[in-house]
Amino acid sequence: METNPTSDIRDPISASGGPLGAAVDWITDFGGVLIDWLIGLGDIAMFSLRTFGWLLGRLPRKETIIPNFYQIGVLSLPVVALTGTFIGMVLVVQSYVQFRSMHLEAKLGAVINMSLVRELGPVLAATMLAGRVGSAMAAELGTMRVTEQIDALVTMGANPIHYLVVPRFLGCLLLIPALTIMADFMGVAGAFFYAVYLLGIDSHHYLENSRHFVGNFDLFVGVFKSLFFGAAIAIIACYRGFNCNPGAEGVGRAATTAFVYSFVAILLLDLLLGIAMDGIYYAIWPEAPKLF
Amino acid sequence: MVATATHISDSSCPLIRMEGVEIDFGRQRVLRDIDLTISRGKTLAVIGESGCGKTVLLKTIIGLLRPTRGLVRFDGRNLAELSERELTKQRIRFGFLFQQAALFDSMTIAQNIGFSLRQHTDKRVDEIRYIVLARLAEVGLPENILDKKPAELSGGMRKRVGLARALALEPEIMLYDEPTTGLDPIMSDVINELILSTRRQHPITSIVVTHDMRTAQKVADRVVMLYPLPRLRADEPQIIYDGPSDRIEQAADNRVSQFVRGEARERLMEMRQLNGR
Repeated sequence: METNPTSDIRDPISASGGPLGAAVDWITDFGGVLIDWLIGLGDIAMFSLRTFGWLLGRLPRKETIIPNFYQIGVLSLPVVALTGTFIGMVLVVQSYVQFRSMHLEAKLGAVINMSLVRELGPVLAATMLAGRVGSAMAAELGTMRVTEQIDALVTMGANPIHYLVVPRFLGCLLLIPALTIMADFMGVAGAFFYAVYLLGIDSHHYLENSRHFVGNFDLFVGVFKSLFFGAAIAIIACYRGFNCNPGAEGVGRAATTAFVYSFVAILLLDLLLGIAMDGIYYAIWPEAPKLF
Repeated sequence: MVATATHISDSSCPLIRMEGVEIDFGRQRVLRDIDLTISRGKTLAVIGESGCGKTVLLKTIIGLLRPTRGLVRFDGRNLAELSERELTKQRIRFGFLFQQAALFDSMTIAQNIGFSLRQHTDKRVDEIRYIVLARLAEVGLPENILDKKPAELSGGMRKRVGLARALALEPEIMLYDEPTTGLDPIMSDVINELILSTRRQHPITSIVVTHDMRTAQKVADRVVMLYPLPRLRADEPQIIYDGPSDRIEQAADNRVSQFVRGEARERLMEMRQLNGR
């Protein structure tokens, strides 16, 4: 029986083999990867625009918002607090010997608290959110995709972006600042506890150096960056879930790639925003206090 | 919010008309040159082997998939020309029973059945509960499952909840995707009876996609058989049977009669030849 003509199309040059065929194959493969990448980028941009469109148009009902806020915010608090505390203490352990050799251990508070508030607090809170919530969101939405629950929503006249993505996006966007502040606070407290009570650093000088060096702008920078991290985590996780491949493997891969892509996005955004905010800071306060 | 879509129906024109519909997934064509009309108040069964494009056809009718070529008219309106808002208004005229029921895992049975009512009506909680209970009774399920989650129910119960959910907004057209797949013969017949009783109780047009001949012959007025494209010549139509359900056993086409009788020997030989054994 004659087969469908669209099912088996072979390229005559590639099929001929030899160096020319191999070069054509390589260019074809590279072009395919590039086109897929561009399509993916356009697709995620459209996905984000649709999310913003719904966000500005009509807010979801509270029955869909509250469970997501609870899942994203309340249930993430313990793990973010724990991580923040330990990172604060680890920073003291790692820096103490070096600072002590220069008799600068009283300056530890300034360095550690600045690192925590500007960088580690927001990045750690975002990483924990990506790991705990982002991959779970991708897996949940991926399962909904492969079990046709998203199609069912559409057939019942509900928009899946409005119903599923917007509440998760809002949860990540609005609650990550709170998680960041929690990570900052616990990190600062953990570092203070270890430095003052276990290593015997003078608490007055520790706190005075911190106060002199770490200002409100630093706290603002950390919280401001976290908004971008939260938005990126939600968009990436929901997009991966919506575009999940069939089967258990597809769901697992969606969860994994959601975390990996979110983590890369967090680091990239951190770098870009760090450069931008540093530029703004020194433009406003050219005579900013220096550590040494 | 609207309870049902406002529309002007012309009873003389078919409710659904597919004209030259083709669907490609990448380089793979699944549906080719499908011309099909579905009249109001009738039940059409779409049969065919697994992978021949039955579910794709159903999802194209409700606008979940857009045709690569051709058009789908619902109540005289081309679905491709409708805005998202208009398409949503048309969609709530449909009820869709999915193959695995597609109940929302995170919701209780009551929330699942009442979902469309909460989305598209201004009914109070007690009114919604009254309708949910009525639909549940219609599909023969007890009240005590209302607060359970879908994972706590058997496959047959999930299908019936899916049917109750699809009927909540009293749709004009019901789409059934493999309603009896994976069920024992008794539960399959329960579902068949529910499809029939649904049609008796509501003025509904139905499309039933199935590979179960018993279902097709029991519930449908008319049967359409699709054939898998890879096994067709380029000039052969994909619909190899379109006629009354009670005449399908006398179909002249050998492929139709083989499917109806469930004879696999020739098909197995063909598969072995294709695989080079």
